[in-house]
Amino acid sequence: MSDPEPTRREFVDLMVAGALGMTAIAAIVPAVSYLVPPEGGEAQTTSTVLPFAAEELPANSGRIFKFGSKPALVVKTAGGEIRAFSAQCTHLSCIVQYAPAERRILCNCHSGWYDLTGKNVAGPPPRPLEAYVVNLRRRPGGPEHDIVVSRA
Amino acid sequence: MTSSSPAPESPRSPLQRFLDERLGLASLRALLEHKTVPEHRHAFWYVWGGMVLFLFLVQVATGILLLLYYRPGAGEAYESVQFIVTRVRWGWLVRSLHSISANLLMLALLVHLASVFFLRAYRRPRELTWVTGVGLFFVFITFGFSGYLLPWNQLAFFATSVGTEVPRAIPWVGPFLVKLIRGGPDVTGATLSRFYGLHVAILPATTTLLLGAHLYLVQRHGMSVPRDVEEKGPPMPFYPNFLLRDMIGWFVALGVLVTIIVLAPTAPMGALFPFDALFDPKHLLELGTKADPFASAPEGIKPEWSFLFMYQTLKLLPAKLAGVDGETLGVLGFGAGAAVLLLVPFLDRGASGLPPNAFSRVGGAVVVALGLVLAGLGTWSMHVLGHPLGVAGGLVAAAWIVVSVLLDGRRAGRRAGPSLLFPSLGWLAVAFIVVMTVIGRIS
Repeated sequence: MSDPEPTRREFVDLMVAGALGMTAIAAIVPAVSYLVPPEGGEAQTTSTVLPFAAEELPANSGRIFKFGSKPALVVKTAGGEIRAFSAQCTHLSCIVQYAPAERRILCNCHSGWYDLTGKNVAGPPPRPLEAYVVNLRRRPGGPEHDIVVSRA
Repeated sequence: MTSSSPAPESPRSPLQRFLDERLGLASLRALLEHKTVPEHRHAFWYVWGGMVLFLFLVQVATGILLLLYYRPGAGEAYESVQFIVTRVRWGWLVRSLHSISANLLMLALLVHLASVFFLRAYRRPRELTWVTGVGLFFVFITFGFSGYLLPWNQLAFFATSVGTEVPRAIPWVGPFLVKLIRGGPDVTGATLSRFYGLHVAILPATTTLLLGAHLYLVQRHGMSVPRDVEEKGPPMPFYPNFLLRDMIGWFVALGVLVTIIVLAPTAPMGALFPFDALFDPKHLLELGTKADPFASAPEGIKPEWSFLFMYQTLKLLPAKLAGVDGETLGVLGFGAGAAVLLLVPFLDRGASGLPPNAFSRVGGAVVVALGLVLAGLGTWSMHVLGHPLGVAGGLVAAAWIVVSVLLDGRRAGRRAGPSLLFPSLGWLAVAFIVVMTVIGRIS
């Protein structure tokens, strides 16, 4: 005896279940994919304004500042030019500092040295420091300038 | 050969029996099987409540996903949203869904509110359903306002600065309210933290309570049938018939959402799509620039469309009116309007077949005064903009309010019945809001 044909109700139920199922898949697949974090981990700051004016930074000195959640170093050369770099040593991520006597950047942990372009010039650091773009922006109503540091 | 065991009333799998025994699902199934929906010529409007619920669930789901990558805080919020839309897989879809669905939710909410109002579904015994519904309306407006700031971009920063400045005009408590809302004298990272807490914790908790009460009351009282409307035959079973019709609406809404997203991937919440798409393509761009409190306000900045009518009204009010600050009057007027909205079932006693009482008389007088003010403002705005037809329209609206009051007064003596006043005022309010929104958008 052959199977009876599906009733109208059973057919409609099947169509509805199919439609709902496909909608659910269309929602769940991107949601699950969304949950997998992308390579490169987390949101990164692309630009920041330093909390002090360019004129407050003495020549031939450096200062550490926060770039997003990472440490960074701003240096004013003897000639008055302002440069900024990531302050994390490329050797083992110690925080570097500016050495005015040598006019270079020093990592105290293992005596790694970088020049004022960020290039690793002595010691164990394997790579240069990441250099950032520095722009100066005149503050409204005054002669001073904001230091705006952005990722290159 | 037929089975020797008796056929059960409804087939139940072992899983269904397991859940039934422990969760008592039988009563829920009985409710679903017995719940019916009346059929009549206005039954189309029944779907809008479910539409609001569906879009709200879309907001909850996409909001939870966004929470996993969003970082509150002035230093990181913008970058985290940028990260979501550029680096996270399907992040652009999740963020766009959240943003566009919020606009559709507001639209559906307004349609639902208007349909319940004009069909007078708020009459006894559904007064509290109306009250919880209006409460939810205010909660959703606050959801929109607080969520708008979270990307911490220029547009949101200035829109919030302007929007949170408005309560300052309230007498005595204004400056304190502004400080309370902002978490300080100005819009800063403290405001962002406060709005974030509001958006992801306080408002969802409030919504859970109000929505639970609202849905319970809707189940308890069933769907309202307007008076003097003939029902077309027996009521429709809620499950599966009405639910399936509801779901057609949800699929259409999903289709509209996805179409808008694909055509305008990152339209910010403020875009009155598609007009902005047609006239100002910039509004279809991504995040815009990060908020900078020291930068000037962007040119042509305006609030998002759902607040445009308030913005335009406040713009049109003169600086002083009868010795009072125009802005104070405007803010108090909107506050009075919100209070009236909440109390409609208790003011329109005629809809429930009840005679007026002292409260409804006083309230009715306030409502009429507000209506005349609205008509006056509308007429004034049309005069200022040089539209003589609009002026005539405003005057006709004012005259019609007076006529409705007089007609209602004559009928009240003969029989208690639905008044003309409330629907008239409702249409006036709708016309006012639409006209002000359009003027606000195009000027």
